[in-house]
Amino acid sequence: MTELPRITRRGALLGAATLLAAPAISHAQPDVIRIGHLTPRTGFLGPLGEFAVQAAQMATDEINTAGGILGRRLEVLYEDSVNPQTASAKAERYIQRDKVTCIVGEINSASALAIGQVVQRERALFINTGANSDALRGSDCRKFMFHIEGQNSMYVKAVGRALLQQGLIKGKKTYALTADYAFGHDLLRVAKRFMGENGGTIAHEDLIPTDLTDFSPFLLKIRQARPDVVVANLAGAQITNFLKQYSEFGLRFPVAGFGFDTALAWGAGQGNFLGTWPTMWHHRLDNPAARKFTTDFRTRYGRPPENQAWGDYNAMKILARAMNEAKSTEGIRIVEYLESGAKFDVLKGRESYFRARDHQIMTEMYAISALPPAEQKDRYDIFTSSPAVPGPQESLEAIASTPEENACTFPS
Amino acid sequence: MEIVFLIEQILNGLLIGAYYLLIALGLSLIFSLGGIVNLAHGAFYAIGAYLTVALAPHLGFGGAFVVAPVLVGLLGLVIERFLLRRFYRADPILSLLLTFGLAMVAEQSLRMIFGAPPLPFSIPIALRGQVFIGEFIYSRYRLMILAVAALCVLGLWFLLQRTHFGRVVRAGVQNPDMVGALGISLRPYMSAVVMIAVGLAALAGVMLAPVTGVHPAMGAEILTFAFVVVVIGGLGSFWGVVVAALIVGVVRGIAAYAFPPATEASVYLLMLLVLLLRPRGLFGERIARFE
Repeated sequence: MTELPRITRRGALLGAATLLAAPAISHAQPDVIRIGHLTPRTGFLGPLGEFAVQAAQMATDEINTAGGILGRRLEVLYEDSVNPQTASAKAERYIQRDKVTCIVGEINSASALAIGQVVQRERALFINTGANSDALRGSDCRKFMFHIEGQNSMYVKAVGRALLQQGLIKGKKTYALTADYAFGHDLLRVAKRFMGENGGTIAHEDLIPTDLTDFSPFLLKIRQARPDVVVANLAGAQITNFLKQYSEFGLRFPVAGFGFDTALAWGAGQGNFLGTWPTMWHHRLDNPAARKFTTDFRTRYGRPPENQAWGDYNAMKILARAMNEAKSTEGIRIVEYLESGAKFDVLKGRESYFRARDHQIMTEMYAISALPPAEQKDRYDIFTSSPAVPGPQESLEAIASTPEENACTFPS
Repeated sequence: MEIVFLIEQILNGLLIGAYYLLIALGLSLIFSLGGIVNLAHGAFYAIGAYLTVALAPHLGFGGAFVVAPVLVGLLGLVIERFLLRRFYRADPILSLLLTFGLAMVAEQSLRMIFGAPPLPFSIPIALRGQVFIGEFIYSRYRLMILAVAALCVLGLWFLLQRTHFGRVVRAGVQNPDMVGALGISLRPYMSAVVMIAVGLAALAGVMLAPVTGVHPAMGAEILTFAFVVVVIGGLGSFWGVVVAALIVGVVRGIAAYAFPPATEASVYLLMLLVLLLRPRGLFGERIARFE
């Protein structure tokens, strides 16, 4: 337990005097609550970071218009996290120099791990909006880290149901292409477990360097292996390149993915998107809150939001509500509030909550399937969606990892 | 069966080498004549790709194929006239800083104008499809890229080896002072060389836009490989660069076949090996002013 600093009359007077003397020093402004946004803006995940930043800006404006947090204005700082080393250094600077109450963002699982270590040491809050590794919710889980992004297990089980229905798993041979870094390795492990439990096999697997742009050698290997289904456990720009070149080579094996971001499919171009993929949220969802978010985002930025925008928008909204209801900006108080099982409207049919034992959000997911090229109306409406997974009668935990699959013990 | 497949991978590798070639040749030319390591070369490739996406709806892919490289070439001309020209005889660190800065400005400008997510762009319908030769499969579009790259290489070779222009450029590479003493100003030649080099990079951008992601960092992605090709081939050597591009493509193909995680690393390993055995590259010439 940390003790609140006691405010004495002399201290208050001194504080007031300092304020009057130097009103321009922003670090001393008590009427501002500062959050540090930290996510990749360049490199192979850069395309997604832009959606994250725009959504966070939109949420910030909405929060401030509605009166801010605890009567104070919300101010958000933005940084490019670049790689794990830089992410760690910038997280430290945010907390120590800029005195942020919380860090929001990240997409790269290796960088999220680095930030997790910093916030654990500094006892500041971190909301992960885009890193998927199960390990971040298991062996590397942290008391001060929460995940609004789904874990790999959720992605695999959500799209896995659709694939089971399509008959693409049981007794089938899979060719898996996996991004060669923390996220991909974690996803491959989870995917193998799911396949094993459901009577499928990964017959071939290749690890793909994150900076690879030409997939032709692998497309030739796939053609030779003649798998029943090709599974892409790829990330960032890899997905766009893979989709474009898979069409170029005219391969006909069914495609599915266990990790996905809609913006990368939009970037592949007319007729190049194919297969079945999992997502946390998409702009074609039909509920009033989702429609409003999509319309507002589209008006402001000229394109619909996608899953990454969803994550960062909701992270800001959830933080604002948590601070308002906990009546505190102190990290440990927010942790307690989020662990209490409070329900949040996150632009879906059902409300979501954070699971106390690993801080993973429990929420609905969707499997989306590419429309045939002729039915793709414009560059954004290129897929159809499954109903929400898990279904309305099921527990939201049905697709999340079990304690046996992914145990978390928070280090003190 | 396995051996046939290996041959298929090697042939495919040669094809990939052709992409690097167009960019590496320009890099090598600018360095040989001006002594400038152009870190902004990848940016011109990216601008070429973005112009294609922007122009294709109005001019068609064919129109963009012609217009984009010309526009980028003119941009190169302007940059040569006002920036590069000041650094030919300066400390190389200055031109490195300049071109590195230019590359960052270009990448960030693309991000601000077009956004960070990849822009959608597909192969024109007329060029889609595959060619099957026995067991082998080729994308028709890639065969076209190969043909264009081969034409460019031959054209450039002819220009450098068989014309008056080429003789002056080659003399300028070896001994600029002597060329000056003979009463020939290298300035217009340098402008032309930069324009051609940058135009070739843009052409590569045009041709790759349909098959790889069009996003702001695409220039930085390909530049490293182009550099490796130049270093392996040897500075100042035309055929060295050509041979190195093809070797790099093949080594990459074999690595993807045998040990996929090392697909990209294999190329750097190759460079290390070449530098250990032949520090000037495979066909590198001794250029007095760079020694």
